[in-house]
Amino acid sequence: MLSRRRLLQYLTAGSAVAATPTLAFAQADTDARLVLIVLRGAADGLAIAPPFGDAGYRSVRGELALARPGDREGMFDLDGFFGLHPRLENLHKLFRSNEALIVHAVASPYRSRSHFDGQDVLENGGSAVGAERDGWLNRALPPLGGSFGNASAIALAQNPPLVLRGAEAVNSWAPSRLDDADPSTIERLEMLYSEDPFFAARLEQAIESQNIASALDHSNARARAQDQLRSGLEAAGRFLTAVDGPRIAVLEAGGWDTHANQGAENGALANRLAALDEGLATLEKTLAAAWRHTVVVMVTEFGRTVRVNGTRGTDHGTASAMLLAGGALNGGKVLGRWPGLRERDLFAGRDLMPTTDIRSVFKGVLIEQLGLSAKYVEQRVFPDSAGAPPVRDLLRS
Amino acid sequence: MLGRPLIDEMPLPVNEPVDKFAVIAVNRFGLGAKPGELRAAADDPKHWLKSQIRTSVTGNPPELRTPDVFVEVRALLRARREQARSGKAESGANAGNSYGRTVRRHYLEQVGRRYRQAASTTAPFRERLVHFWSNHFAVSADKQPIPALAGLYEDEAITPHVGGSFADMLLAAERHPAMILYLDNQRSVGPNSSLGKRANRRGGEQRLGLNENLAREILELHTLGVDGGYTQTDVSRFAEALTGWSIGGASDRGRFAGGTPGTFEFRVAIHEPGAKTLLGKRYAEDGLGQGERMLEDLAAHPSTARHLASKLARHFVADEPPAALVDRLAAVYLANDGQLGPVYEALIDADDPWRSLHAKYKTPHDFVVSTFRAFDHVPDNGRTTAATLDLLGQAPWRPGSPAGWPDSVNEWGGADALYKRIEWSNTVARVAANRRDPVALGDSALGSAFSQRSRQSVARAESRLQGTTLLLASPDFQRR
Repeated sequence: MLSRRRLLQYLTAGSAVAATPTLAFAQADTDARLVLIVLRGAADGLAIAPPFGDAGYRSVRGELALARPGDREGMFDLDGFFGLHPRLENLHKLFRSNEALIVHAVASPYRSRSHFDGQDVLENGGSAVGAERDGWLNRALPPLGGSFGNASAIALAQNPPLVLRGAEAVNSWAPSRLDDADPSTIERLEMLYSEDPFFAARLEQAIESQNIASALDHSNARARAQDQLRSGLEAAGRFLTAVDGPRIAVLEAGGWDTHANQGAENGALANRLAALDEGLATLEKTLAAAWRHTVVVMVTEFGRTVRVNGTRGTDHGTASAMLLAGGALNGGKVLGRWPGLRERDLFAGRDLMPTTDIRSVFKGVLIEQLGLSAKYVEQRVFPDSAGAPPVRDLLRS
Repeated sequence: MLGRPLIDEMPLPVNEPVDKFAVIAVNRFGLGAKPGELRAAADDPKHWLKSQIRTSVTGNPPELRTPDVFVEVRALLRARREQARSGKAESGANAGNSYGRTVRRHYLEQVGRRYRQAASTTAPFRERLVHFWSNHFAVSADKQPIPALAGLYEDEAITPHVGGSFADMLLAAERHPAMILYLDNQRSVGPNSSLGKRANRRGGEQRLGLNENLAREILELHTLGVDGGYTQTDVSRFAEALTGWSIGGASDRGRFAGGTPGTFEFRVAIHEPGAKTLLGKRYAEDGLGQGERMLEDLAAHPSTARHLASKLARHFVADEPPAALVDRLAAVYLANDGQLGPVYEALIDADDPWRSLHAKYKTPHDFVVSTFRAFDHVPDNGRTTAATLDLLGQAPWRPGSPAGWPDSVNEWGGADALYKRIEWSNTVARVAANRRDPVALGDSALGSAFSQRSRQSVARAESRLQGTTLLLASPDFQRR
């Protein structure tokens, strides 16, 4: 595998070779797989990987603080300082076998708090909204040539999200039926309609009928959302193991915007994490032997406020945590400099201070897992990112 | 990395101050704003509307006309019959398939043309009037071979007359082969016509006689209205006057085969002779002219004026339109000899349409067309549009009855129907959300009708996808 990477790096230098048709239509010449899951809505890093060893943790988090390791429904202990949310069971198992790692206090260069703009920066890979018109993962594809399979990347969506859009052709796939609207979208519509009796009454009836028709109650609506993510990851696994299939897959999952009733060990966010965790287990199972060569990157546009807001949730923040999983990882550790939770440690007095540019991690993955040259990554994939050196030693050597 | 200024919460750009009248003109009178359209109408919304009335026919003329399609489809139908008759049941299925496929192909082509035009037109008020009148004079594509002709019927009989005189539109609609076939008039035979008498003397193997369908629907739906003051006797006399209104090539061979296939054909041999009385007025025998005189008088009748005025007011002002407005529009109609332009102008000049931003719940057709326009998307084929509108409950040109689609919230406001709209919004968002920021999209589509509540909901959505779904499903976008 190493030699293959060397070969790739060699090919990258003379990119004309990589673009020849024979290579472009060859089946995958690598075992490496990359899965990117974009968690849309700003997932709360302090709930995903709570710093229970930080003296300020319990007081700033208030009712959202998770039970201590060893307590009933307590968080998992990762390293004596950081924990892992108790619903991330599979991820914890992977962490213990060095197949998962966490980078804490990461953020893109974006510092305002709009989801759309934040996602734009996260995906365009530049330093500002609209800085690049295409996605960083698409810009990473040309040097791969055909070595990552025929149509090297696929989005499990009707249309590729920005991160995968660009000059390089990519595939996309989604079930063709009309998708159920996300439960969180339906909830927001209930709120939007609440002052309009005409719409409110009809939506209420419709939801009731939906539930009766499919014999689903509210918790099962959640189960359905869980199912969507799991079936998406299962499909990703199938594509990535097909003989002439792609080796890179991108998925999106919403429902992380927990402004109200976020919950701690249980509740809205816990259910979302459980869905993600179950999806990971499904992906691992589907990939089977290929899991050993896989890196899964789970990333969100920004974090949430450190303190609890007035509706038992958290508002838009800045730094969050980033999860990596996969058999190719040199895992079992939490990376990143911890900024602390004291008033003066926070960004703008309210958010977790970013200490790692998210692009540093992306760069490390592209260099080590896809075999791109550091120079190419700096110049072409993440221009204007000189302050964000690649994170090294992410993978097993 | 941390040097950027902090903006505490996401900035909410201020609504462009577009006049409420412009929003009403573009979104209720028009088909929903395309990017920039609200601004284009803002200077003088009423003038923007009125200038469209005088616009000449928009769009490219269709490549095919009714006779072309009629001839093609009839030949396939004949092949199917002949195969069936020759006992080759299995191969008969082939010809049948080919007939069905061809009808469907024409239907989808015409649907595609209609919605491309609706999505792209710069005279959307005029186009809405085309849809309005086409629905007033509805033929329904659930009866063969109407799917292959419905769009052509709209182009040929309705579109040329939307800015002209109602009598001309009435005549064009009732003479069109699609209408004659839909309401079975091609073989309506006067009992005392030369053919009728011969057939009846023979005590015929084939019974020939009057069909009142077309006459009744003209009185009830197209002109006077159900309470317009006609009796069954009026229906029968009118039906007699309309005997002979047929089409060329109404049958493969024999008595109804003559004439140019697929065009209007007056068959004097089946026309009931003699003077007839309709609504108390006597009409001398004049062949084709007799029915034409009747239609002209029906067009000028005060009941027709009220019927049309109340339908127009319902479409543009409210499900229960103000009686005074209906009276005024009817009076304008009569004072102008049934010219429609002055009626539209009176409607535009009235105060009633401009009182509130929203007066109507969109039909699925309105919703889909306004979505296309909001995204500046011109659908390239009819298949997806037809499937979408079918799913949402309003398949193009298929209202299921000559009464056309209803025009009030009672008929469209079902809970499941709303849920389907939400699901479709979500599907559209999946396809198109990445193209535009949903807040900007809402501003350009709704202007000041984008309520602060909806705007915040969209702005605070957790993704563009979700924001776009919320926008399209919002009460602001679902109303016009």
